Amino acid sequence: MLRISCPWCGPRDETEFGYGGQAHLKRPDNPEALDDAAWAEFLFLRDNPEGPFVERWVHSHGCRRWFNAVRDTKTDRVIATYRPDETPPEAAKMVLKGQEGGR
Amino acid sequence: MAQRATNLFSLARQALSHHRNWPRLWAAAEPRRHYQAIIIGAGGHGLATAYYLVREHGLSDVAVIERGWVGGGNTGRNTTIVRSNYLWDESAHLYEHSLKLWEGLTRELDYNVMFSQRGVLNLAHTVHDVREAKRRVNANRLNGIDAEFLDRDGVKAVCPGLDVSPTRRFPILGATWQKRGGVARHDAVAWGFARAASRLGVDVIENCPVEGFLIDNGVCKGVRTGKGEITADKVGIVVAGQSSVLAGMAGFRLPVTSHPLQAMVSEPIKPVVPCVVMSGQVHAYVSQSDKGELVLGAGIDRRNGYGQRGSFPVLEQEAAALLELFPAFSRLRLMRSWGGTVDTCPDASPIIGRTPIDNLFINCGWGTGGFKSTPGSGWVFAHTLATGQPHPLNAPFSLDRFTSGALIDEHGAAGVAH
Repeated sequence: MLRISCPWCGPRDETEFGYGGQAHLKRPDNPEALDDAAWAEFLFLRDNPEGPFVERWVHSHGCRRWFNAVRDTKTDRVIATYRPDETPPEAAKMVLKGQEGGR
Repeated sequence: MAQRATNLFSLARQALSHHRNWPRLWAAAEPRRHYQAIIIGAGGHGLATAYYLVREHGLSDVAVIERGWVGGGNTGRNTTIVRSNYLWDESAHLYEHSLKLWEGLTRELDYNVMFSQRGVLNLAHTVHDVREAKRRVNANRLNGIDAEFLDRDGVKAVCPGLDVSPTRRFPILGATWQKRGGVARHDAVAWGFARAASRLGVDVIENCPVEGFLIDNGVCKGVRTGKGEITADKVGIVVAGQSSVLAGMAGFRLPVTSHPLQAMVSEPIKPVVPCVVMSGQVHAYVSQSDKGELVLGAGIDRRNGYGQRGSFPVLEQEAAALLELFPAFSRLRLMRSWGGTVDTCPDASPIIGRTPIDNLFINCGWGTGGFKSTPGSGWVFAHTLATGQPHPLNAPFSLDRFTSGALIDEHGAAGVAH
């Protein structure tokens, strides 16, 4: 069982949270201008690294607010969590450089 | 090289020497410098691909390279269910082709894969479930797949241990029944294919991790491994949960995400579950092994994960679901649980075909249901590698379906939370 630290409520059990996949995805500014390949990329292609990953969680059985986390997908260690309106911490910035959605 | 089949006489002979002189099932191989085809991943699908490349397409020079050991990934970690009752034509044809290969596999490989066609029940708990189940039965029949809809009494007759009383929170209203479905011995499938491939001259190379690809002007020329560079005319990636990692090495992305998937077994008990029982509604699937253990599979952990282990609450949920179907099992103890890493696709169907890199092919995205398709997957992927073009059976499962929009949505028939 993971222990995840909600930025508002503090550390709680994983069962209180829902998962939202890759964080910092940006919806295309002008969707009608995209070709099929670019649209497919937005809809279906997600980063899937073995190692640190910047992802979204929602504290469903708590404050019901979304937040971001940096977690190592190999070891399951939660490296950092932060609010969506916060500047990402260093750990997240490092990962986001290589993560497609962060560009 | 000629190894004898396992039979009563060889068993007796080996017993006399305390089982110390069994020959190796496959030859230990070191990589040569060049192959006609290299398959990455010595799980069931990869080994089957190599086997059919030689057997069906006459290649003489094939290697399977594996970072760990034969059958050590999802092939050795699944719940061994085999069935072909998928809804859409594309999947029905693919999985049914596989089921037909299963039916002759023990003879084909000269190795007992213990394929037991004990039947598969997919339970329906609501009016909507019943309608979907009947729709699926009809779709299966139109595709020549054996399928029946059983009402409550029919379900009880097939599997008397199920609690079919209408007072349950999730009452059993009926089920689809595929008689030809069943289970097989998962390890034996990997070993059988490895042995059969090795006998045909395939090099099965373990402890040989891939570290990169040799790519020249968009054409794949081989792989860099822990045992040096190996060149090849064609390379196939068949690595399940690691697919994104290898695709990343080759410089392209896949629409798959890797998740932990867990399973567990109970202590052994007398025969009580005569078939495979699956329920998408309460989310349980169970069969009983020949040793008497109940083999239970859970849903995926929602988070991405490569650790080959999941969270305990997922197992707890699975146990609760089982008790909804079989309240009598409440005192049963669990012996062990384990996890694997599955690569799930947005439409719960696999990707089998070409990649953006020439001469590099991929077979991935089987998610939670790859074991059932082991022989069929290898068969169509071997065709794809040998000819450079997909077989009509796997043509719809191309990577570019995510661009064209021709998805094959099998979330219903997959039966397991993807």
